[in-house]
Formats: sequence, C-alpha cells, structure tokens
Amino acid sequence: MSGRRIAHIRGEKMSAYFDLSEEERLIQQTARDFADSEVAPMAAENDANGQFPRGLVEKLAKLGFMGMLIPEQYGGSNAGNFALVLALEEINRACASTGVTMSVHNSLASSPIVGFANEETKKKYLPKMAKGELLGAYALSEASAGSDAASLQARAVKDGNEYVLNGTKSWITSGAEADLFVVMLRTDPSERAKGISAFAVERDTNGFSVGKKENKLGLRASSTVQLIFEDARVPAENMLGSEGEGFKIAMWTLDGGRIGIGTQAVGIAQACLDASVSYAKEREQFGKLIGEFQAIQWKIADMAMNIEAARLMIYRAARLRDRKEPHTKEAAMAKLFASEMANRAAREAVQIYGGAGYLKDSSVERYFRDVRITEIYEGTSEIHRIVISRFLLKN
Amino acid sequence: MKIGVLVKNVPDTETKIRLTADKQGIETQGVKYVMNTYDEFAVEEALKIRERLQDGTTVTAITLGPERVVETLRTALAMGADEAIHVDDPAFEGGDSLTNARIIARVVEPMGLDLILGGKQGIDYDAAQTCSALAEALGTAQALIAVELKWSEDNQSLEVRRRIEGGDEIVHVKLPAVISCEKGLNEPRYASLPGIMKAKKKEIKKVDLTGVGLDSAEVGASGSATRVVGYSPLSERPECRILEGEPVEIVKELVRALREDAKVL
Repeated sequence: MSGRRIAHIRGEKMSAYFDLSEEERLIQQTARDFADSEVAPMAAENDANGQFPRGLVEKLAKLGFMGMLIPEQYGGSNAGNFALVLALEEINRACASTGVTMSVHNSLASSPIVGFANEETKKKYLPKMAKGELLGAYALSEASAGSDAASLQARAVKDGNEYVLNGTKSWITSGAEADLFVVMLRTDPSERAKGISAFAVERDTNGFSVGKKENKLGLRASSTVQLIFEDARVPAENMLGSEGEGFKIAMWTLDGGRIGIGTQAVGIAQACLDASVSYAKEREQFGKLIGEFQAIQWKIADMAMNIEAARLMIYRAARLRDRKEPHTKEAAMAKLFASEMANRAAREAVQIYGGAGYLKDSSVERYFRDVRITEIYEGTSEIHRIVISRFLLKN
Repeated sequence: MKIGVLVKNVPDTETKIRLTADKQGIETQGVKYVMNTYDEFAVEEALKIRERLQDGTTVTAITLGPERVVETLRTALAMGADEAIHVDDPAFEGGDSLTNARIIARVVEPMGLDLILGGKQGIDYDAAQTCSALAEALGTAQALIAVELKWSEDNQSLEVRRRIEGGDEIVHVKLPAVISCEKGLNEPRYASLPGIMKAKKKEIKKVDLTGVGLDSAEVGASGSATRVVGYSPLSERPECRILEGEPVEIVKELVRALREDAKVL
C-alpha cells in the first residue's frame, strides 16, 4: 500500500507539466477538447471553400476565448497572454485559419484598445469584442509599407472633433468579416514614425470600404483584404493614445501578436508531429512499419525536440509580457524560431506521408500550405533577425 | 433544491495503463487524470436543473481521494458548480466501493441534499457501485443508468428513463434520491474561461477522518469487506499470420497450421 502512495506522489509531480497551474491546465484542456470536437472536423472543408468560420467565433466567445486580454470590468476574462498561448496552440493545431482569427482579435485588436483607448471607447467596444459580437482586425501594412511600416502613407487629418481618413491599407487579416479595425494612419507628414497615430475604426463608417479577398496559398478560411478610406470620418475620441504615438502602440501590439504567431507555428508543428507519428505506426513498406526505419525515427525525434524548444520560448515570452517586463527580443526570437522549425516540420511531415502527403485528402498538405505564412506575417524572419541583433549590437 | 454531484478523478481514456511491478496497482507515473466521463453528464444535469429552476438551487461537487483529485473538483467548479468538497484522509486509502459510499454518506447527511447525481460507473475500476451503495447508506430512493429525467410540476419527484438491456425502463422516483447518469442524458458543457477564472477563487472544503466521525478501522482497506488481491492485464493478441499464394496451396497450409501449430483440429 505504501508503494502505491509513493507512486501517487510521483505521479502528481509529473503532472505539473511545464509548471502549469491548475487553472492553466483547465484552460488548456477546454481548448483541447473544443479544438478536437468543434474546430478540427470543419478545418478541411473551410479550407477548401475559403469559408470563414464565423459560427466558431461565436462558440469561442461563449467559452471566453475572444476576451482573454480584456479586463473583467469590460466583460473579458483577463486570463492573460500565457493562458492565451495555451489556448491558441490547441486551436491552431486543429485549424490555423481559426487560430489566426482568434490571435488577431485578442492580441492585435482588443489589446491596444485595452492599453490605449479612453474610458468611453473601452466601454463602447470591449464588452462586445469579448462576446464576439464585434470581431477585431489590425491595419498597419500598405502596398509600399510592409517591413518598412513607418513609411506608411494613409492619412488622418483633423477636422473639428473628427479625423478625416484617406488612403489604402493592405494585407488585412480577417478584414472581410471584421467589425472593428485598429488602424495606423499618418497624422503628421513631416515626421516618420512619430507622425503616425492609431485609431479604432468601425466597419460601417461612411467612406470606409473593404476590397476583394486575396487568393492565397494557405490560411484560406481566413480572409486577407485591402481597406479603402475615402474621406471616412472618425470621432477624435477614437484615437488610441495621443497623436504621434501610433507607431509605438503598433509595435507594442505586435510584440504580443508575434507571440501569438509563434504559438500558431507551434500548434501547426504539433499537428504535423501527431499526424507523422500516427502514419509512421500504420504505413508499411518492405514488410515493416515505416516508423521502424531510422530515417523516419530521426525526422520524428527532430520535430518533437524543436517543438519542445519553441514552445518553451513562447511560454517564456508570454510570461514576460504578462509580467510587463521587456520582451521584444524574446518575442522576436520565439516567433522566428517557432516559424522556421514549424516549416521544417511541415516539410518533413509531407515527406513522411510521401505521395499521400501531396494530396488534398491529407491533413499535412493543408499544414504545409498554412505554415508558410508564419515566416512572413507579423514581421518576416529577416526583420526578426534585425530586431534581435539590434539588442545585441547596441552598446 | 440542494444538489450534490459525485465526481471522480480517473486516468484519461487515452492513457496506456500499466501495472506496478508487484501487480497491486496501476503505475500512476505519467498518467494524465481527468473527470470521469459519466460524471460530466451528472455535473451537466445538475447545472441544467439549477438553470431551469432559477430559485437559488445550489450544486455541490464532492469527491474522495488524494490531493490530485482536487483538479476534478476545480473542473466541476469551472463548469459552474457552486461549491466543492474534497474528502481526503490517509486512512481512506484502499477502501472498497461500499466503505467509500459510507464515508460519503457521512459527508452528505448533514447537508440535507434533495438530489445526488453521479456517473453510472467510474471508467477506471468499473465497479458501478458507489451511487447504489450511497443510496442504501442514506436510505433514499435510487435510479441507476439514467438517460432522461422528467420532473413533476412541484419538482418533488421525477420520472427517470433508465437504459436497460434491449430498451428503457421508466421509474417514478420521490426525492430525496440518488441517480446515476448514462451517456445520452445531455451534452456536457465546456469549462468556460470566465468559469475557470471564477473557480480559481472558490474555496474547496476539506473533510478528513475526524470530519466524517468514523473510526479508522471502519474506513480504508481495514474497513473494507472486499480486498483486491491482484491485477492481471489482458493477454496480448497473438501475432496474425497472413497466408499468401494460390488458393489451393493456402487451404493446404491453413489445414496444416490449424492441425499442427494451433492444434484445433
């Protein structure tokens, strides 16, 4: 009997995976169950039809997953960035299009409103965002301002109590369906980064329209569009922070978003690993399961090792952000490492599947397409290397 | 109405169960524990009754076991239970279903519960005895393996549709009662994030041997009428042999193998 008691105690220690608290494990479990039963079964179909899972957004909101960074007094759960990455990994493992929708809404749209909007604006938008009634998006990029975001040209000119918006934004995730946009616009053409301000812009604003959906390699169930502003008028109180603070707000927001995209990469890589392991245990060649060949064993071991490393980097960056400690470098490293290892994992998963992995019938074909963007959006791999090296080389 | 829900912390169905070297228990190292599947139906049903009545009905989750089982109480709270009671004492270790039901009876007696819900069985040891034994210990009505509950207008009695061999049996039950829940009764909700955050702040009441007012000889292994003497795993499926070649040769080989190797002919 005492032997069993000791075994119990050992078991308890083991179950403290990565030092997750009881509620963090519950959040992960809820996300895992939801991802497996509600998200995964629809993923292939949504991808094939380019169908945005709006119904899923409502279900995610019901579980509290659309208000994870929104304080309780505005109807959110205030669960924090760490809890968000736990949930995001599970959702992305099932469907990366749903994952990016959730990530952008929480990290890029709700977060800067919580951080920088005035009280009126917070009360107006946050409760509806937490309920999933308002879906959020984020608009920084323009056709000629991608990695060089500070060169953006779209204008906001003050006119009485309003700002008049003109110009075009590009590459806007969730744009076709979103109801509320956090938009960075130039308020002072004589300055560069310091001439940019951030605004919360409602979809039904006069003079604001959404362009056609881009036809993409992956993330096909998530829309990417242009936003067109033609003398669109926005109340001055919808400005986030003060005039000229927009670029700073945009970068602070992206530090959080990058943790989310790194998490997306980990989620897709985990899906690649799960698929590879199960295929290696069922596919036979030369009279043996392919998992009995060292070539396959090594691929699987490498995938698992890299996922583990990336996940720990993501966890650390998220913990730092929750503690309001500097994390720009850590977020950049985590996103960069995770996205590159996930692309390798997807490549190897297709390789393990062989011809079957090249077919639309296989899930790894979708993972392979979906994962490619993680090395590009919310800062390319090249930009992240610049960010990281800047920390190391400045004095 | 005051509702109690019995929940149990059991190994996840995906966990591969291995026996300890002495075959006296299962290896708990690396095992992931979850709420017993059938208990999820019990929690959901209790919450649905509370939501329907809207009269201050309370739902209390109760479990017996070592420290790790608290996680399952936390899950019940996160789903929406109002209170949770953790019954734990080193003396309870090794008790059988009947002994454990007696302990739980002592815990719930002073609570004046109208209804106690539980899963139809634990998916770990599959004894399916606790609910029944508890009803006996409390002297209340019991209805097991429920797939539907139909309440009377005054909510003092109900018709329970029980899943039995080849069909259903409908039983009229007066409160107080113990009802065990079967798959199909409802669709258990997820523990929502706000629920999880709220559950974090709720206190879990602890009850030990002194609290239940029993003697250590009446509980645990020493108080049990049955004793597990060992476990044995299912024998592994023997390797499958596939015969290849022309039908005439295959049949010859098959007859030979059945006669000489398997010795069944």
